[in-house]
Amino acid sequence: MENNELNSPGYEIPDDMKSVVSITTLDKIYNWGRRSSVWPMMFGLACCAIEMIATAASRYDFSRFGMEVMRPSPRQSDLMLVSGTVTKKMAPTIVRLYNQMPEPKYVVAMGACASGGGPFKEGYNVVSGVDKLIPVDVYIPGCPPTPQALINGLIKLQELIDTQSLKTVRWYQKGELAAVPVPVLGPDLIYPKDIPAIQEAGKEA
Amino acid sequence: MSDLDFTTRFPTGVVADERKGYEGYIVDADKLVEFATALRDEFGFDYLSSVTGVDYINEGKLEVVYHAYKTTGGAGLVFKTQVDREAAEVPSLYNIYPGADFQEREAWDLMGIKFTGHPDLRRILLWEGFEGHPLRKDWKEPYFEEDVKPFKSRWPEGDFHRAEDKNPYGANVQYPDKFDPEKWQPEGEDALYGSLAKYQTTDESGLVTDHITVNLGPQHPSTHGVFRIAAKLNGETIVNLKPVMGYLHRNHEKIGERNTYLQNMPFTDRLDYLSSMSNNFGYALAVEKLLKVEVPERAEYLRVIMAELTRIQNHLFAIGMFLNDLGAFFTPSLYAIEERELILDIFEMVSGSRMMCNYFRFGGVVRDLPEGALEKIKGLVLDRLPRKVDEMDRFLSENEILRSRTVGQGYLSAEDAIKYSAAGPMLRASGIPYDIRRADPYSIYDRFDFDVAVRYNGDIYDRYYIRLDEVRQSLRILEQAIKDIPEGEILSGKPQYTVRVPAGESYGRVEGPKGELGFYIVSDGKANPYRYHVRAPSFINLTAFGPMCVGLKVADVVAVLGSIDIVLGETDR
Repeated sequence: MENNELNSPGYEIPDDMKSVVSITTLDKIYNWGRRSSVWPMMFGLACCAIEMIATAASRYDFSRFGMEVMRPSPRQSDLMLVSGTVTKKMAPTIVRLYNQMPEPKYVVAMGACASGGGPFKEGYNVVSGVDKLIPVDVYIPGCPPTPQALINGLIKLQELIDTQSLKTVRWYQKGELAAVPVPVLGPDLIYPKDIPAIQEAGKEA
Repeated sequence: MSDLDFTTRFPTGVVADERKGYEGYIVDADKLVEFATALRDEFGFDYLSSVTGVDYINEGKLEVVYHAYKTTGGAGLVFKTQVDREAAEVPSLYNIYPGADFQEREAWDLMGIKFTGHPDLRRILLWEGFEGHPLRKDWKEPYFEEDVKPFKSRWPEGDFHRAEDKNPYGANVQYPDKFDPEKWQPEGEDALYGSLAKYQTTDESGLVTDHITVNLGPQHPSTHGVFRIAAKLNGETIVNLKPVMGYLHRNHEKIGERNTYLQNMPFTDRLDYLSSMSNNFGYALAVEKLLKVEVPERAEYLRVIMAELTRIQNHLFAIGMFLNDLGAFFTPSLYAIEERELILDIFEMVSGSRMMCNYFRFGGVVRDLPEGALEKIKGLVLDRLPRKVDEMDRFLSENEILRSRTVGQGYLSAEDAIKYSAAGPMLRASGIPYDIRRADPYSIYDRFDFDVAVRYNGDIYDRYYIRLDEVRQSLRILEQAIKDIPEGEILSGKPQYTVRVPAGESYGRVEGPKGELGFYIVSDGKANPYRYHVRAPSFINLTAFGPMCVGLKVADVVAVLGSIDIVLGETDR
């Protein structure tokens, strides 16, 4: 966001106070701070992770967007870059990691696999996209997305953050935020929401 | 193979495989251990490279296929044993070739072949409690549509549907009949923790102390992806360690058996996603062996150039990430990635993609070099890269911290390296000068003048340094290749979407950056492979990981893992 945008809340600032005082809205300053220091989790699943590393390296350098501070711990990160194929064996871990991230948190599905299963969709151990498990904010197409595409996706995320309002963001609503239920590894991956349906089907059989 | 006189040594129980297009020997299951022992001790085949299974459902048989070599060089030997599908039990070769450990577990996991005598026969890529053995031909996945591609519903009319819409749960899941999730008991990790021997010590005062179990991963910054290590510790010292994998098991082989031969080419890119060109190479070789096509001269040179560039960028990345693991956080990687990007530029020029090149075709390569590419390669190979490799060497190799953390640590003796079927830089850093480019030359590697890099200490430092050696040797090969590359065709015959591959089996292997990358293919004469197996060096190199780590501190485990240089896409496939 440009500075002049930050300074244009719709109030007239008297001439003699210009360049001394800025008036802005809480939303704007909050979003401006958020979007400029998104800390991604150091979390690589597959091929896309290599392009993510390439994007972090000197040639493409996403520190230009305030995103270079990659944290290996979910407790310290704002952004889960799901960079690769989500497998059933990994699914419980991914949900657990997501639940461990403090709000506000964002999820970017990087590449075809994370967005919808990709070339491996038909595989027996592959989850058809990470949005089957956790809510996703931005999808980036590509197999793998080039660093340029990844940066474009991250800019989209910043644009999304710009539209937030403190009144409506989920982490400032009343009450506890519910954790995403963790799927279980049974004879196949069991989503907790499916349990009644599975029981029904079991009785009929 | 005529000098191998098995018929005198084994009058019964060993016969030559006489099916059309097949080779090697068929050994009776009850003679297998005796045969393998003789093979190792009397015939000199000290290295068991690959173990896999094939499901011949029409004959009601499961076949276990073994590939063995001599580490002194030469062609390999294939032997098989056949068992009934319903009672699939084969004696384990763990005690003769411990390198069979993970591969037998994989065959059990995916094929349901029980290896009697295996000390730790658990599932390896899937989880305990998974229903069925997916690579059996009668096992169907939730999104199953048809046995082979292209699916009739989609081609040639071009209709499509979302696979989710046809599944009752709207997701890629299926459950056995009468399955009740409420009554079902999760198997959990008991099998894994049970396999880590439980240790208790009692001190003089009678205080009983348990050793603790520590898990690293699957989300851990030093595991290079989604890899997990379960370790039993005494204080900070490793008592026992088991790698846990499968977190990126993408069902490469099941999907590969449904694809047409050509459709598999882009999938091989995604095995070891750092070195797609050399994966292409191995697969192309395996299919070409069956097809018996000649590769034009120029295409051979292009292949070698691309494979060696791949090796260089892979090793640079491996060194960078290894230093990362040691705590030199990201600075060496940035130097390495800078050079890697320049090589990726070349890949993008010739193939259109930075990482997933999909460049090889059966009988050649898909495109010729575009204008300016050869000049760019020349500039890199003759001028920039040699300087940069020397620079890395100068900056890193004598570094006090690097040396004190790596010299003498994570030792793997030459005998153990062979025993555990370690391949590539890992084998050569332990003093075995085995390089397939020299030992059993493929393509046109017999024309080039290069040394097989070898180091003798078998520690982490040697496994680091041998990668620099190999980069220098690759540069030597590249120098000769770009000097000699002729003009001409790049693909023999017409480009084809569907190739008809004659029935039979073949095993194509290349010296990939991580070691021996092999593709075992069984064709039944149709447009899709009947069996498609990848001998993944990253996976098999991990067999030695546990034994190497015993007695080290936790922090060193990370360094040992970094020195093996695994890529999870290949480990888990």
